[in-house]
Amino acid sequence: MLGYILRRIAMMIPTLAIISVISFVIIQLPPGDYLTSYAMSLAASGEAVDETEIENLRLRYGLGQPVYVQYYKWMSGILLHGDWGQSMEWRKPVKDLIWERMALTVFLSLVSIMVSWFVAIPVGVFSAVHQYSIPDYIFSTLSFIGTGTPGFMLAMVVMWVAMRQFGLNVGGLFSDEYIMAPWSWDKVVDMLKHLWIPVIVIAVGSTAGSIRTTRANVLDELNKPYVETARAKGVKERKLIWKYPVRVAMNPFFSTVGWTLAGLISGQTLVAVVLSLQTNGPMMLRALRSQDMYLAGSFLFLTSILTVIGTLISDITLAWVDPRIRMEG
Amino acid sequence: MNNNRELLVEVKNLQTYFFLDEGTVHAVDGADFDIHRGETLGVVGESGCGKSVTARSILNIVPKPGKTVGGEILYHRKVKGVVQTIDLTKMEPQSDEMRQIRGAEIAMVFQEPMTSLSPVHTIGNQITEAIRLHQGLDRAAARELAIEMLDLVGMPLPNRTIDEYAHQLSGGMRQRAMIAMALSCHPSLLIADEPTTALDVTTEAQILKLMRQLQDELGMAIMYITHNLGVIAQMTENVVVMYMGKVVEEADVDTIFYNPQHPYTQALLQSIPRLGQKTARRGAGQRRLTSIRGMVPDPYALPKGCPFHPRCSQMIAGQCDQIEPQMIEVAPGHKVRCLACAGA
Ligand SMILES: Nc1ncnc2c1ncn2[C@@H]1O[C@H](COP(=O)(O)OP(=O)(O)OP(=O)(O)O)[C@@H](O)[C@H]1O
Ligand SMILES: [Mg+2]
Repeated sequence: MLGYILRRIAMMIPTLAIISVISFVIIQLPPGDYLTSYAMSLAASGEAVDETEIENLRLRYGLGQPVYVQYYKWMSGILLHGDWGQSMEWRKPVKDLIWERMALTVFLSLVSIMVSWFVAIPVGVFSAVHQYSIPDYIFSTLSFIGTGTPGFMLAMVVMWVAMRQFGLNVGGLFSDEYIMAPWSWDKVVDMLKHLWIPVIVIAVGSTAGSIRTTRANVLDELNKPYVETARAKGVKERKLIWKYPVRVAMNPFFSTVGWTLAGLISGQTLVAVVLSLQTNGPMMLRALRSQDMYLAGSFLFLTSILTVIGTLISDITLAWVDPRIRMEG
Repeated sequence: MNNNRELLVEVKNLQTYFFLDEGTVHAVDGADFDIHRGETLGVVGESGCGKSVTARSILNIVPKPGKTVGGEILYHRKVKGVVQTIDLTKMEPQSDEMRQIRGAEIAMVFQEPMTSLSPVHTIGNQITEAIRLHQGLDRAAARELAIEMLDLVGMPLPNRTIDEYAHQLSGGMRQRAMIAMALSCHPSLLIADEPTTALDVTTEAQILKLMRQLQDELGMAIMYITHNLGVIAQMTENVVVMYMGKVVEEADVDTIFYNPQHPYTQALLQSIPRLGQKTARRGAGQRRLTSIRGMVPDPYALPKGCPFHPRCSQMIAGQCDQIEPQMIEVAPGHKVRCLACAGA
């Protein structure tokens, strides 16, 4: 098992190196660079374009240099100094911009996943055990509606209802006075007050999907002979359902834990835009549009790292929960 | 038939049906037989004749959409030396009393040792579950007993095997684990539903030997379900032959082999290649292998009269296709459900 993990980690290094090159190249693909789009947006808004300033910036960010030199500088910055480069648009180091948002995104996603599992697993198991009963039909209908409703639309509806019916200040993760404030107890309380709307919106879609998955997986296991063995031993029905078929049906769930990591950066971007959440998605979208290349590149690269790590975590979890896989390693 | 032993289970006119959208399957439709304490009863019949459903009916674990709709299963239960009689078909499947009987007093070993053990729990976990449930032992004591049981069934290195998973064991070892699990609470009846069908011949022989030896040691009755007549000859004292959910012939094992009355039993005997010594006396002319004419009828559309008549070589026109035969005792302990045999 340990050898397997070490081998997997060693294999991650070349994968990540290749991915970093590809993401850098992709960022560079559109014609022009940040400064041309910057000059254009200045010109479009009727402001004077200061050629010398543009030239200075070009020198400062090394934009005139060949791509491989730029890549080398960026990579060595990350590896040697933990410096992810400068965001041209925000005029700030990338690392100052993304970590706080990253923390918020992780927190929001984890809370949403837990909420959705907390609801979806019992409901899915119930539906499977009571297949074709009236509650099963109701849950199935609801979960189809839930899967079919676009998150951003739900976000708008929930915001509208919260505002019109309850007069709540919704949108964002903080009240205005706390957005720029340093972290404090009050800020945390304020965040929790705002958190429920995005959590509900994000959880609805994934809950609906998870109900379907749980139900299908449990149904697959429910008629396996090992369940009957347990029944023939005289184990209580409810107890044996959770101990045997549900336990086996959960394996695919455990194994997707890792993959949700990758969704942390770009996932739920539309919902985040609508709800103006200070998460990663909207910032990455904007960086890509304005060709803020170090910021966009860093997001892309981080997504890739998380995907690779996530896959590793998934495999390890799956091996951990499923002895059949564990023994092969 | 060995009638001087105490009765353990009486199955009377058992009817277990499956209610499907396409129609009702009469999986078991009027089965009658008795199981005595300590005896080995063989149950034979073609695939689909209702052997497994009968076994599940006794344990009261018939899966949906199946249901026992008629008949009785009288279980003569010994509680502190006093015999109580209860009708298992009248009991709530989930009731505490039913669950106390299931696994503790009547245990079952299934056909597929590969899939009958959980893939994600150790076999020790699954054996101790039964022990703790029925004997109220603590974890350590239950584990000790489980190791003892594994040792009893001839599992190599029981101390280590107890912590292994099903996929780490061979088919024969898995079936040994299943037997250890079933016997861990000393049941008075062990139902073995084709326990060796999935195993190779050598392993099958070992498991059969093990079961006989365990029966001598522990004294439980065994209801042995199989379609292998060779196994019936080796293992059992009394035999029940089933066809389309009904018992068509019931007798002791020698009578079944040397003096079968029902045409279906006769056909079954002719369809097997060799029966060891028991065939030797049957005469050279009978050694040719025949298969039973025709197919098992469609379970949704049972033929009128005797269900076997479309395939029967001794069919009496105007009788067998009209009148449903009843069980007749042609000799003490030898019962047959056949119009053609009635006069015999
Ligand atoms: N879960 C079920 N749903 C619907 N029909 C069933 C179910 N289980 C059994 N049956 C039907 O009941 C009849 C008897 O099945 P059973 O499993 O008892 O046969 P069997 O004698 O054990 O055969 P085999 O030798 O193949 O194990 C068959 O016609 C089968 O189709
Ligand atoms: Mg069967």
